Amino acid sequence: MTPQAQFFVTAPVAAGREGELRRLLDGMNAAPGHARTDNPLVPFFAFDTIHFARFVIVDDQTLDDTTAYGGPRVSHPPALAFAGEVDGDLDTFFAQAAAHAAPGLRALFGCCQDGPGGGDLAAWLRAHHVPAAASYVNWVGRTVRRVREDAALFEAVQGHLARDRASFEGQPAPAVHLRLRQRVWEDVAAGRLVLTPDAPTPLDWRLRRLAHAVGVPLLLLLASPLLLPLAVAGALQLRRAEQTDPEICPRTPPEHVARLAAVEDFDVTNSFTAMGSLKPGLTRRWATVALLGAIDFAARHVFTTGRLARVRSIHFARWVFLDDRTRVIFLSNYDGSLESYMDDFINKVGFGLNLSFCHGIGYPRTTWLIGGGSSDERKFKEYLRRHQIPTQVWYRAYPGLTAVDLERHARVRRGLEAAQLGGDEARAWVELL
Amino acid sequence: MTPPAIDYRDLQGVVRFGYKHLHAARYVLARVREREAARAWLREAPVTAAEYSLPPPDDALQVALTAPGLDALGVAAAVRDAFSPEFLSGMTDANRSRRLGDVGANDPASWQWGGASRAPHVLLMVFAHRGALDAVAARHTGSAFSQAFTITHTLETSDLDGVEPFGFADGISQPWIDWAQGTAPASRALDYSNLSALGEYVLGYPNEYAKCTDRPLVPADAASALLPDALDAPGQKDVGRNGSYLVFRQLGQDVRRFWQFVHGAAGGDLAAAERLAAVFVGRTRAGDPLVPLSARPVPGTPDEQAAQNHFTFDGDPRGVACPFGSHIRRSNPRNTDYPERPAGLTKLLAAFGASSKGFRDDLISAVRFHRILRRGREYGPPLDPADALAPASATEPERGLHFIALNANIGRQFEFLQNAWLANTTFADLRGETDPLIGTREPTPGCPASGAFTRPRHGAPADRVNGLPQFVTVKGGEYFFLPGLRALRYLAGGTS
Ligand code: HEM
Repeated sequence: MTPQAQFFVTAPVAAGREGELRRLLDGMNAAPGHARTDNPLVPFFAFDTIHFARFVIVDDQTLDDTTAYGGPRVSHPPALAFAGEVDGDLDTFFAQAAAHAAPGLRALFGCCQDGPGGGDLAAWLRAHHVPAAASYVNWVGRTVRRVREDAALFEAVQGHLARDRASFEGQPAPAVHLRLRQRVWEDVAAGRLVLTPDAPTPLDWRLRRLAHAVGVPLLLLLASPLLLPLAVAGALQLRRAEQTDPEICPRTPPEHVARLAAVEDFDVTNSFTAMGSLKPGLTRRWATVALLGAIDFAARHVFTTGRLARVRSIHFARWVFLDDRTRVIFLSNYDGSLESYMDDFINKVGFGLNLSFCHGIGYPRTTWLIGGGSSDERKFKEYLRRHQIPTQVWYRAYPGLTAVDLERHARVRRGLEAAQLGGDEARAWVELL
Repeated sequence: MTPPAIDYRDLQGVVRFGYKHLHAARYVLARVREREAARAWLREAPVTAAEYSLPPPDDALQVALTAPGLDALGVAAAVRDAFSPEFLSGMTDANRSRRLGDVGANDPASWQWGGASRAPHVLLMVFAHRGALDAVAARHTGSAFSQAFTITHTLETSDLDGVEPFGFADGISQPWIDWAQGTAPASRALDYSNLSALGEYVLGYPNEYAKCTDRPLVPADAASALLPDALDAPGQKDVGRNGSYLVFRQLGQDVRRFWQFVHGAAGGDLAAAERLAAVFVGRTRAGDPLVPLSARPVPGTPDEQAAQNHFTFDGDPRGVACPFGSHIRRSNPRNTDYPERPAGLTKLLAAFGASSKGFRDDLISAVRFHRILRRGREYGPPLDPADALAPASATEPERGLHFIALNANIGRQFEFLQNAWLANTTFADLRGETDPLIGTREPTPGCPASGAFTRPRHGAPADRVNGLPQFVTVKGGEYFFLPGLRALRYLAGGTS
C-alpha cells in the first residue's frame, strides 16, 4: 500500500509582484479557477501521483478582526501557496515537481520574496513546505493509479453487462460474479484492462505509524498527572472566555461571495480554502495544538477508510498553522455544493467542527467548546464564507468522481479479485453494479 | 426564548391554507410605474390574512415583492440589505444558475419572465371561485393599480382537480407546520416526523435549529411602531416576522414527450408505461406510494392523509420498491439525523461514524432541515396519457406547473432540494442521473450524459432506463418576499 502525503509550499509575495503573479495563475486555467491539465507552467497531466493540487494566494480578508479581541492589527503580506495531495513521500514528489515543472514553478515563486531563483528547486520546495497540524485522507493507501484503474474496471464491467444483458438475466448472483470475473480476466489478459497489485507498504511508514499509534497515547498517559490538571484548568479558562468572546459573523460582502462562487460547482467536487487568526493567548494556542493533534491522531488511525466520523464527502482535508501558530489555514476537497458541505458539517460533525474551529477569532459562540457554535447555522455559514478565500488554480486527477464512486469502484474490484463469493456476499456485490 | 404565538391576522393566508377550495387562480407580475402611487396601493391592498373563517373566503389576494421591487418602492438600503442573500441576488445570478440546473434549455436568457433586467417588482396572487376570477382580478387591478404599476405578465392557471399535467395526483405530501410551536425540534432527530418547525416557513420564529433565519430588524421608532417585536433581538422591530420567502418557477412540462418516452421504454404498452412513470414519481397516478405504509406512526400525518402519507423508506433501504432516483424519494427521503435509531452510548458512537460501514450509510442529509411548503398550481389544458402518444398539433398549448415554494431559508431549503437532491447527478449513490421529472440532462465533468434512471434490484445488477430526454423546462422564475400584512404597510411607507 502506498500512503499519501500532503504538501503546502508557501512564500510571501514580493512587493509589487502580485498583479503579475495573478496573471500567471489565471493563464494556467481552462475555466475560472480550474487548471488546464496541460498548462505549460505546471503540466499536471505529467504527474501520475497528484490527486488534487491548488495554487492559492493566501490573503486573509479578516485580519482586522484581531482588534476586536484587543490585539494589534497584524499585517501579513499575501503569500503564494502551492498545495496538494500526492501518493508516496514528499521528497519524491518535490523531485518530480522539479523535473516536470521547473520553469513554471520558478516563474510563479519568482514573484515571491527570496524565491527559488536558479538554485536547487526541489530543496527550495522542501524548505518552504509547512507540515499540516492535522490531515485527513479519505482512504489511506488509495493511489491515483488505483482510482483510475478501478474506474476503468467498473466501466468495463458495466459494458459487459450492457452488451450481454440477456445472458446475465435471471442468473444467481454467484454465477453473475463468476462470469463477469472471467470476462474481466480476459480483458486483463488482452491488455484492455490493467490491474496493478498494490505496492508493498513502506516499512518506515508502517513503523512510524505504529510508533505514533502507541507512542502518543503512552506519552499522554505518562504525562497525564501533569497534563490532566493543565487540561482541566485550560478548559475552565476557555469556558469562561467563550461566554464573552465576541462573535464576528457579519453578512459576507456580496462581492466576496461572488468571487468565491465564480469558481465553484463546475464539477461534482469542489475545493475549499479558508483561513483566520487564532484568538489571543497561550491557552488557546495550546488547546488548538492539542485538539488538532487529536483530530490528526483519529484521522491517521481511525478514520482511514472512507469516513471522517459520519462524513463521506471529503476527499482530503487539513489544517496548517501559519506564522508561529497565530493563524490557521484549512484546505479541503469535497463533493457537492458548499451548502451541502456545510450541511454535512453542521448536522453530522458539529461537535468536531466546534472543537477545531472555535479557537478562531469571531467563531459563533460555543458552550464547553462542543455545543452551540455551528448549530447557529446562519452565523456559522457567514463565518465560514467570510473566512473562505478563492482558490486561484485547482487541479483534480479524476473529475466527475465522488468519494462514494471511488468506494463503489474499490468494492467492485475487491469482489472481482475474490475467486468466488458466497451467496450473501455475491448478492451484495452484484447490487453495486 | 419563548416563541410568541403566531398572529394569523398578520400572516398572508396562502401560507396556512393554499386556498384549495378556490379553484381559479391567476398570478400577476408587475413593475412599479409610479412610486408614490405604488406605495399607496400597497398600503391599502386588501390582502387576505390567515385567520380561520367559516365559511372560508370567497376570494383572496396575496402580494409578494422582489428585491428590485423593494428598490423601486424606495425601501431604505439598510432594510433591504438585511434580507437573505439569496433573495437579494435573485434567482438568475450566473453562479446560482449552475447550481439550480438553469443551464442549457433552462438558461434564464431564454426565460419568458424574470431575471436581472426584467425582474418583476410585485407578484399578485388572485384566488377565486370558478367563473369569478375575472371579476375579482378586475377589482384588484383596476385604475388605481394601473396608475401605480405596469403589468408585465399575467400567468393563468388551470384547475386539473389535484392532478399535475403529467397526470399524477399532486399536493399529497406537505410538511405539517407546528403552528403551536409545541414540540422541540430535537424530538424529530431519531424518528422521521412530518411535523416541522414554524420557523422553517415563517420568518421571525424558531426553526429546526431553534434559531431565526435572515430578515431585517429595525430600531423601534415612530415609523416601525406598527411592526411586531423581534424575538431574538430585544428592542428591535421585525420586518420579516409573519413573512416568508416565496420561490416561483414557471416549469413547462412536455407531456407528450414524457408519455411517448415512457411508452417506448416500457415496450409500447400503456399499462407498463404507467407503471414505469409511477416509478419515476414514486407514487401511482392515484397518489399511492410504492412502499407499504409503515407500522410506526409518522407524527404530523393527519388521519385523512394517512392512507397515502403514512410511510417512510426505512423498509426499502436499497431502493428496490421505490428507487432513490424517484422524484418523491429525492425530494423527501423521509430520513432522520441518524441512519439507525441509536440511543445512549450507541448514539455517541454513531456520531463518530462507528456504528456501521454499509456502502449506502449516511449518504443523504437529514430531511428535517430541507423541507418546503408547496403552493403551486398547474397551467394548460389536461392531456390524457393515451392522447399524449399522438404527435403535437401545430397549435399545441403550453402546459406546466407554476411551482411555488415557501421557506424561511432559500439556500438551505429550496436551493438545497433543487441542487443537492433533484439536480444532483450523484444523489445518494447514483451516478449520471438527475431527477427523472425535472432534471436537465446536461453533461457534467466525467459524465457525458445524465439521462439515466436506476432501478435497484435484489441480488441482481440494477436495471437502468437510459436516454431520458428533458421533460421539464424552466420558463421563468424569481425569488419573492411574501411579507406579513403589517410589514407590507411598513415597506410601503405606512405607519399604522
Ligand atoms: C413540473 C415539475 C414537477 C412535477 C410534475 C412534480 C410532480 C410531483 C408529484 C406528482 C409529486 C407527488 C405528490 C405529492 O407527494 O404531493 C411531487 C411531490 C413533491 N415534489 Fe414535485 N414536481 C415538480 C417539481 C418539483 C420541484 C421543482 C421541487 C422542489 C425543488 C419539487 C418538490 C417536491 C416535493 C418536496 C414533493 C413532496 C415529497 C414528499 O413529501 O413525499 N417538485 N411532485
